[in-house]
Amino acid sequence: MWSWSFTWEILPQIAAAIQTTILATIAGFAIALIGGLLLAFGRRVKQKWLSFLSACIVEFIRSTPLLVQLYFIFYGLPAIGISLGPFAAGVLGLGIHYSAYLSEVYRSGIDAIPKGQWEAAKALNFSRAKTWSRVILPQAIRPIVPVLGNYLLVMFKETPILSAITLVEMLLAAKMIGSASFRYLEAFTLVGILFLVLSYASSLLIRRLEIKWGRL
Amino acid sequence: MNMSETMQLIPFLLKGAATTLQVTALSVLVAFTVSFAAGFCRLSKWFWVRGIISAYVEIFRGTSLLVQMFWLFFALPLLGIELSPILAGVIALGLNYGAYGSEVVRSAILAVPKGQMEASIALNMSPWQRMRRIILPQATVMMLPSFGNLMVELLKGTSLLSLITLADLTFQGMLLRTFDSSRTFQIFGLMLVMYFLMAYPLTLAMRWLERRASIGRV
Repeated sequence: MWSWSFTWEILPQIAAAIQTTILATIAGFAIALIGGLLLAFGRRVKQKWLSFLSACIVEFIRSTPLLVQLYFIFYGLPAIGISLGPFAAGVLGLGIHYSAYLSEVYRSGIDAIPKGQWEAAKALNFSRAKTWSRVILPQAIRPIVPVLGNYLLVMFKETPILSAITLVEMLLAAKMIGSASFRYLEAFTLVGILFLVLSYASSLLIRRLEIKWGRL
Repeated sequence: MNMSETMQLIPFLLKGAATTLQVTALSVLVAFTVSFAAGFCRLSKWFWVRGIISAYVEIFRGTSLLVQMFWLFFALPLLGIELSPILAGVIALGLNYGAYGSEVVRSAILAVPKGQMEASIALNMSPWQRMRRIILPQATVMMLPSFGNLMVELLKGTSLLSLITLADLTFQGMLLRTFDSSRTFQIFGLMLVMYFLMAYPLTLAMRWLERRASIGRV
């Protein structure tokens, strides 16, 4: 049933695909960090229609599946002249999807800033940009760093979905090995174990960073 | 974009949406049961029960739903256990969201102030009475928002079942695309709208329930 020699044989092929998995996660997370902040700003602007629009975007993205969003970007957008490769489409989809989640995290951080801080910034005649960059954001972001870290882990675990738009990350590599050899057992088990090891290791790392940040 | 042509797509997609809702209902039931069973077990006084359940929770939260689903559907038959797509999907969804749900149950029970437990012991209530009458009613209010979120996530998670050949909304959409790829944009746009129409009422209902349940408590 389980063949160890086969497991050792396929290990390098699957391990090679880790690189794509990690790269896609990091690039997607970078987009989500910026996109989430923009959406969080959008919900706080004075123009009613703009804040309503931001709220709608967040609710819509959060209520629809990542897989369908990826299909829309990868297969649907070429119809209106925007063609993206699997990696670009996958990273964009991951990034947009998690922007919606991260905007809520930013919002909770921003809402937690005492009103006096805004008033003080106003009293000191700070410009709007200066208020945000010097007073509000530094205080808002520090407490939410652990939550952001958790979302990085969640995104890492979601990357197998990118196999559905033909991006060769670990799961698709395993599937190709499986369909060529009819031995899915070792390939998929290996992927599961690799994910478990990597996500457990990074959760320990995040916990340590959390302690370090908390001490600052 | 031809409007009437787009309308023709809808009945076909609705058939898939019905399957999506069925699978969601079934999986929510399984996930809910697993959440409570595992949540209670993690509070057990026996070390080995806690150990086994913690391992289950870590494994299902540490790997992704899609990998679990593929493992159940493609790898398990090689060990002699063959599952239908719907069974593999419901088990994967139930166990995956059950693992997240068990954390919700555990933390909500632990968040009930200790004095409540002590008071019910002082009143000579049986352990069953304590749980049912004192602890759970208070814990349930705290669980509602998280369970609401998990339900929406689960509904979206069912889209992955299309990858193990279950004919849900996503699968029907992909099927339509193979017949007529010139309408891909409309097909996926419609699918997004349909998922939104299924998931958003759930969000609204949970918010309403949350407000109702917390009246007089917060």
